[in-house]
Amino acid sequence: MTETEIFIHAEHLCFAYDDEKDAIPAVKDISLDIRRGEYVAVLGHNGSGKSTFAKLLNQILEPTSGKLVVGGVDLTAEELTEEELLAHRRRVGMVFQNPDNQLVATVVEEDVAFGPENLGIPHPELRERVDRALEAVGMSEYAAHEPHRLSGGQKQRVAIAGMIAMMPECVIFDESTAMLDPLGRREVLDAIRMLNRERGMTVLNITHYMNEAALADRVIVINDGEVLMDGTPDEIFARRAELRSVGLEVPQCAELIHLLRDAGFSVEGEKISTVEGCAEMILRSLGVIEEKGR
Amino acid sequence: MKNISFGQYYPADSVIHRMDPRAKVLMALFYIVCTFLCKNVLCFGVLILSCILLIRVAKLPLRLVLGTLKPLLFILLFTTLINVFMTKGETLLTPPDWRIAIYAEGLWNALFMMLRIVALLASTEVFLTLTTTPIALTDGLESLMSPLKALRFPVHDLTMIITIALRFIPTLMEETEKIMNAQRARGADFRSGGLIKRARALLPVFIPLLSSAFKRADELANAMDCRCYHGGEGRTKLKVLKFRPSDFVAVFSVVAFGVGILFLNRSGIGYTLK
Amino acid sequence: MEQSEKIVLDHVSYVYGEGTPFEMRALDDVSLSIRSGKITGIIGHTGSGKSTLVQLLNGLIKPTSGQVLLDGYNINSTFEKAYEEWNGLPEYASLTKRRAKRAIREEWKKRQRELCFRVGLVMQYPEYQLFEDTVYKDIAFGPTNMGLSHEEIDTRVREAARFNGVEDDWLEKSPFDLSGGQKRRVAVAGVVAMRPEVLVLDEPAAGLDPRGRSRIFGEIVGYQRETSSTVLIVSHSMEDMARFCDDIIVMSHGKAILHGRRETVFSHVEELEAVGLDIPQITHLMRLLRERGLELPENVYTVAQAVEILKTALPKMTNKGTHI
Repeated sequence: MTETEIFIHAEHLCFAYDDEKDAIPAVKDISLDIRRGEYVAVLGHNGSGKSTFAKLLNQILEPTSGKLVVGGVDLTAEELTEEELLAHRRRVGMVFQNPDNQLVATVVEEDVAFGPENLGIPHPELRERVDRALEAVGMSEYAAHEPHRLSGGQKQRVAIAGMIAMMPECVIFDESTAMLDPLGRREVLDAIRMLNRERGMTVLNITHYMNEAALADRVIVINDGEVLMDGTPDEIFARRAELRSVGLEVPQCAELIHLLRDAGFSVEGEKISTVEGCAEMILRSLGVIEEKGR
Repeated sequence: MKNISFGQYYPADSVIHRMDPRAKVLMALFYIVCTFLCKNVLCFGVLILSCILLIRVAKLPLRLVLGTLKPLLFILLFTTLINVFMTKGETLLTPPDWRIAIYAEGLWNALFMMLRIVALLASTEVFLTLTTTPIALTDGLESLMSPLKALRFPVHDLTMIITIALRFIPTLMEETEKIMNAQRARGADFRSGGLIKRARALLPVFIPLLSSAFKRADELANAMDCRCYHGGEGRTKLKVLKFRPSDFVAVFSVVAFGVGILFLNRSGIGYTLK
Repeated sequence: MEQSEKIVLDHVSYVYGEGTPFEMRALDDVSLSIRSGKITGIIGHTGSGKSTLVQLLNGLIKPTSGQVLLDGYNINSTFEKAYEEWNGLPEYASLTKRRAKRAIREEWKKRQRELCFRVGLVMQYPEYQLFEDTVYKDIAFGPTNMGLSHEEIDTRVREAARFNGVEDDWLEKSPFDLSGGQKRRVAVAGVVAMRPEVLVLDEPAAGLDPRGRSRIFGEIVGYQRETSSTVLIVSHSMEDMARFCDDIIVMSHGKAILHGRRETVFSHVEELEAVGLDIPQITHLMRLLRERGLELPENVYTVAQAVEILKTALPKMTNKGTHI
């Protein structure tokens, strides 16, 4: 891997809130690299520091110490100028948890235009960006609607369109599915996949749903402000005891495989992050299907 | 809670709906001046007729416009009564030994004042709130006030505040209802007792609402930061306002209407205000 | 009376904004019963009518048609109806007509007032309802509104705190200083403190992490087992419903499309998927195995079940003498 392919580089990143309250989490020591175009899930229980980490990446919070380089720009080197900060925020978009608290305008398309308007994008490009962003998330027909009449999933899609219209290189989803019902969650997850697979954007999905983590290329588990685990979903879900110790649970299928193994059965294979993988493993152990490549 | 109708946009396809919001703001202002120019019976007659005509042109149901004035009935009644009893004139209508004196001038003044207020409110609604979306209205105001920027008046910030307020009013109303239901489920009683008891009963609604509003404000500020908001400087706008010839004509005709009123004032038909 | 029905809905419909262009039929001729002393799960999408159903149960809204019966009593009964029904009852028979009428009116008023105390409702994200300056006072808000004595209120606050894992040293703290999960538990305690016969919770675990979810469900189940009260849980999560509920009601487009014991409802996997609900992952896996030719029962919905089935039904899986 060459240096240029790394989009986010964090080195001993640390953040402490000013008012020293026990309830407020902080980032203690995070060192990691995220490559351009990666789809990363960041897991951790409430208060593990995962959301603080996201806010550091977007410079809503400034790290107390450590080094943070995003897209080749060292954000911790010196005081950022207003222009540098804006340029950075354009490159790294963010979608938050509460869909109601991130829509600014009273009409959907005006809201999508809010970001590009701030960037000073002129006509007719502005109009094009808004239309294309709405189309990308399948919300074109709602362009003239009022946001408060939409469902939670639709509101989040509008927020995502607002990000797309700014043409970022990386989008951070800060528990964006936590307040949605299964249908809304699926809408958002489909949009995330689209951003990553079709547009090659770097995606960080901060979540505590294990089923969502299974969709990512890579899972980072944060606990107590530090990186506890880092690997593929299969690798992470294989470490059930450790996950449990930090208040996380593996998905049901992985749980089943673990319980069978605990009971002394030999169920071999690694692909425990998907239902299909688990089924395959059970069938192979039974000799229903031939062992391949072993 | 949900039927606060004064100032709500009423979608229809009319000439007034399609006008540039700036033209509508100007027309509303000039029309208000016209209501104050009216001095005699003829003028007020014309004024009320013009009002009805405007409502027709805007394709608004007359009943809707009158209905929205209902919450203001109290103020209307109050000013009318004040005028009836407080105006001193020459033609005394009540017997001279009564402690309350009502003069003919007082009745006329009261009538004119009432008509003036009705015309004023109805026209504002027709020109602005009922026919213009809130966002177009704020855009129009921002544009009209932009010369004030030279005087360091925070025009953009003001319109941003209005936009956000408009965006969050429905959200907060919904939330109020939710919290009221939650407290009602815990046995809170908002309907009985005297004024003080009722005001106290609203505390369990007011405090959570306030705390949640602060949380929302904080999150919204973060979201706006993330979307590169940095004030009005260098900002472009999705909707560009366009002042068309028809808008000029419309504004001009309201001015002409005012001049017409001035002429009618001279006619001296019926009672004339001093 | 072990199998008695606590709540009965008899042809209940609810229409929002009747006669306006925004008219919406939230509930469409729903008839069902909820068993006493059991945990019933109500599942369905946003807009399926489940939130409307919940609000009908303690009289926050009144049905457009049909009736809601709590222990056989129509909770939306008018005085005239009540008078008609109770007039002939023996306890009123000995009274004069006027006295009977007055007694019935008193009884009717009392029942209407008690309704919200008998059916405790915990709304979605209930932490937003906290307002007092201490946790103790906030939990005491409901009992105080019931007009109970100080001693009784104190007993109930402490009991509710214990049920919901509200620790003693929080009681004098401000609820606004607690974490999200802690606030949630205080809010639930505030309703439990009213000792409702029926406890209704709308999405009690929404937004919580796995540990918070297990914890709040554990507390609800613990409370139900100890008090044997009737509990209703509204949720989107089939996996949680499968773990904690005795009965399940599935709502879709204002109708209760499935209703019955957990095992019965989960034998209709296709119907659940047809209305777009997420079936438990384990059910999905077992179905996949069945499709590949394994002989497995159809309605498996918890991991524990799956483990037992795979262990016993497939002995040849044992390996290398670790398990015989």
